[in-house]
Amino acid sequence: MTELGSKRLQGRVAFVSGGLRGIGLACVERFLAEGAEVVLSDLDAADSAVVGETMARLGQAASYVSANVAKEEDWERAAALVKERHGKCHILVNNAGTDLTGAVETLSLESWRRIMSINVDGVFLGTKHFVPMMAESGKDFRGGSSIINVSSIMGLVGMNEVSAYNASKGAVRLFTKGIAIEFAQKQTPIRANSLHPGFVETPLLKAGFQRWVDAGFAEKSEDLVASVVGATPIGRLAQPSELAAAAFFLASEDSSYMTGAELVIDGGWTAQ
Amino acid sequence: MAKRLEGKVALVTGGTTGIGAAAVRRLAEEGATVFFTGSKEEPAAALCAETGAHFRKHRVQDAAAWPALIDDIIATGGRLDAVFANAGIEAGDGSIETVEIEGWDNIIAVNQTGVMLTVQNAILGMKRNPEGATGSIIINSSMNATRPLGNYVAYSVSKAAVCALAKSAAVHCGGQGYKIRVNAILPGVVETPLIQNIMNAQPDPAAARAMYEGMAPLKRMAQLNEISGLVAYLASDEAGFISGAEIAIDGATTAGMMGV
Repeated sequence: MTELGSKRLQGRVAFVSGGLRGIGLACVERFLAEGAEVVLSDLDAADSAVVGETMARLGQAASYVSANVAKEEDWERAAALVKERHGKCHILVNNAGTDLTGAVETLSLESWRRIMSINVDGVFLGTKHFVPMMAESGKDFRGGSSIINVSSIMGLVGMNEVSAYNASKGAVRLFTKGIAIEFAQKQTPIRANSLHPGFVETPLLKAGFQRWVDAGFAEKSEDLVASVVGATPIGRLAQPSELAAAAFFLASEDSSYMTGAELVIDGGWTAQ
Repeated sequence: MAKRLEGKVALVTGGTTGIGAAAVRRLAEEGATVFFTGSKEEPAAALCAETGAHFRKHRVQDAAAWPALIDDIIATGGRLDAVFANAGIEAGDGSIETVEIEGWDNIIAVNQTGVMLTVQNAILGMKRNPEGATGSIIINSSMNATRPLGNYVAYSVSKAAVCALAKSAAVHCGGQGYKIRVNAILPGVVETPLIQNIMNAQPDPAAARAMYEGMAPLKRMAQLNEISGLVAYLASDEAGFISGAEIAIDGATTAGMMGV
């Protein structure tokens, strides 16, 4: 793609949670290609093989911190590390998330609290601990700093036996609007927008489909993919790079008047 | 500037001034061959000289003239990839009690029927691309689609209607197997020449400006080039999985309650 490597994020620092896989990794790769320096976090230990291989491939402009988005002390540590290493942060992608499916009466309170702690607490805590640095760094560029919260189309519409995930992603959608208004009214130079992917070809999707197969919803995960693709007007799954392109747009000066908005990237799924 | 639209051919309706002219500039900067329509010949000539774009005098509501326009674009540009259905008016509008049938009909003709004709003819043109039906159609709606104005009933209704039109067309194109995407953008208050004229015509222009700036939590109006960034992104292949979407670009105006 000709647009890659145009370095439109030169001079910026980005933090991406859940950056080792799927949409998060694609965002990391895109931001690096655009000239940004990137710190990524995930649950994996810093000395694990996957971290070693990924970071060797990503190169010098990327660095890793092992952190659990549900833990406030981990966010404090991550923000301190970014501050120490770069002194600033312009872009925060609150991407780390997990899923949970099942009939509502069968969900344990423990599993409900777990998904909320990752998908909702994680977005809140990341925002809370990066806002002071991003408010300062936002003076560097037109449109200011940019927080990109990864919600889902499941934060817009409900789905059978997806209630907990629906609730968590709906929370992300409105949390984003709340902080967008708060920053705008205080003239804090941070924009905040939510991304709403449809079905994206990621490890999380594959694992989720496999669990549905195990639960007897389908014979094989290919059947689930086919049914999703068949119900999507564009007729395919999204690629992580397409979500990264959207995150890049929201991170760049091109979206300088966009805040409190939802960017739905679902191949027309929710238009029907 | 990255050239994301090299080799693509674009059409902007209502392209002589304001948001449309800014889109013409940006799409041309991104490498596209740009055609634009409208009625104001003087600014059109200047914009052609500045950007290398091509002007065609055409009114979007003129159904009979559409096929020849599309033929002309394809004959000259070779194909059609991106269409920004931007032309719109609000002159002659009023509240539900005061709007007269002539004003209502004019606004619906341009903002609603004109957009329908633009999308319909865009699809017909895009189906003629050698590799099959491909392209991106972007409809310029308004935040007033979701937050209607009491004193602009026809405008508000027409802007809501084209959001449904975008979704219907997106679902249709998907169902037909076309790789044609259709989306609506919903700008807040943009500092267009039209708004500048309205402000300057007030007894207290500074107060009028403060009122418009205060509508968004961001406490300013959008600049023209802040809308064209979104248009360029949606026109590009980067937005290949976005279709049937309504995208607010309003400085958080519709993220909360108006005026709070």
